[in-house]
Amino acid sequence: MNEMSYKVLPGPEGFLPPAAASMGIELPEVGEALVEGGVVSAQQGLEKIVEKLISAKNPVFFPGPLILWNWKDGVAEKAAALKELAEAVGAKIIPMPDYRPKYPMINPAIEVNPNHPNLTIWHNKIDVCVFIGVHCHYANVALKIIRGGTSCYTIAFCGEVGHEDAMISLRGAGLSELKKLTELVKKRKGEVKGD
Amino acid sequence: MNKPIFQISPGFEEIMPPEYRELVANGPYGKGFGVSDLGSYKELIEEHPLCAGCGLALSIRLALASLPNPGDTVIVGSTGCSSLVFPQVALHNIHSLFGNQNAVASGLKRALKLRFPDKVKDVVVIAGDGATADIGLDMVMQSWFRRENITTIMLDNEAYANTGGQESGMSRQGAVLNMAPTGKKFPKATLPEVAQAAGCAYVAATSPAHPRMLEKAVRKAVLIAREVGPTYIQLFSPCPTNYKFKPQETIPLIKQREKEGIFRNQEYISDEAQRFLDSLEEARKK
Repeated sequence: MNEMSYKVLPGPEGFLPPAAASMGIELPEVGEALVEGGVVSAQQGLEKIVEKLISAKNPVFFPGPLILWNWKDGVAEKAAALKELAEAVGAKIIPMPDYRPKYPMINPAIEVNPNHPNLTIWHNKIDVCVFIGVHCHYANVALKIIRGGTSCYTIAFCGEVGHEDAMISLRGAGLSELKKLTELVKKRKGEVKGD
Repeated sequence: MNKPIFQISPGFEEIMPPEYRELVANGPYGKGFGVSDLGSYKELIEEHPLCAGCGLALSIRLALASLPNPGDTVIVGSTGCSSLVFPQVALHNIHSLFGNQNAVASGLKRALKLRFPDKVKDVVVIAGDGATADIGLDMVMQSWFRRENITTIMLDNEAYANTGGQESGMSRQGAVLNMAPTGKKFPKATLPEVAQAAGCAYVAATSPAHPRMLEKAVRKAVLIAREVGPTYIQLFSPCPTNYKFKPQETIPLIKQREKEGIFRNQEYISDEAQRFLDSLEEARKK
């Protein structure tokens, strides 16, 4: 596959999938998002996330240390908004409290850890996952491994510049985006029920 | 200590794995616990992949329990058996390239002083004898020459233990190991004396056979490193796997060495460091 036609799609892409950046995928600018490697507006990105979450059989949020630990002002509000969103979606939450490898082995039923992606994601039958509050370097590693070994649809809710290796990635996302997502989910679910 | 770091975000308490909840509710951060409190709180390390009876594991457990301010301590490690443990320790820790640990710790300590001028942040190097006395000796000694405010703890198992058993500078003369079948040809390096000559304000050699002595050494070393200058502790931590003794014989072996006069506990405190400790004691009494 040449660089121009590369799409960031659910795998399994095989052992050692290429970094999306090396295949020509570029990070979104401010006000934009990435959907499967293509740049769209941030609003379109949010709507696509809602569509994927609502249609998923087993959507799971993977909150990382930046949101699980109440380490600075503003985190508690984001954490509360995340819980509200997960409840609106009906999604499970598997925490990623830190990145220490677990000895003798991790229990994938109760936590996720990028050091054990094979144990965690492969066996959980998760079809859509959302990374939020995960340090970017660990998110990059884990997103690539998930794409390599699973058919899970990955979404990165990033407060920094975004992630090329996620199927959908927001950038500069925070409390207002979480609230918007919750509103959109509730609205869409209402529409579905109304149908 | 920046306590909020150890608070779980509201609403996520039940979602967090139980060991994290326990670490928050019953961990040692900011509580001033010591070796005598072991067993009464959630320790910084509870599971590790080291061999049964490993002297390093005993030393690390006691050294971690002795840190005066674990919530604001960063450990810098290096390649070796101990590097298998530190990823699982509930403390900030940095793994450096083999031998680079004291250079990394020097930069880290300087950066932390600039970043947190109003806070005490302790930087403690914990590395094996190969990283400290052989491969990293240059970086170790240069950090002492520069009088960096860091503590260096060497876990001395007298061998390169996780690469099959090669002799190190700290192996005793005549020591036979898997990869040194004819025995080591020259004596064990005398690093406590080297540390003293190189400018360390506090130097101690002890072992997990004396938990209270080890605790006092670690506390003094960390406190002195904050205000006076570099400090060095050498912890004799025998290796049952490479020296082929039974796991339960680790502590008796240390005591046997002491009895034979082959290993001796020692302590050196510079005049300046002693004055500093005296001032702390006076302040405590007041």
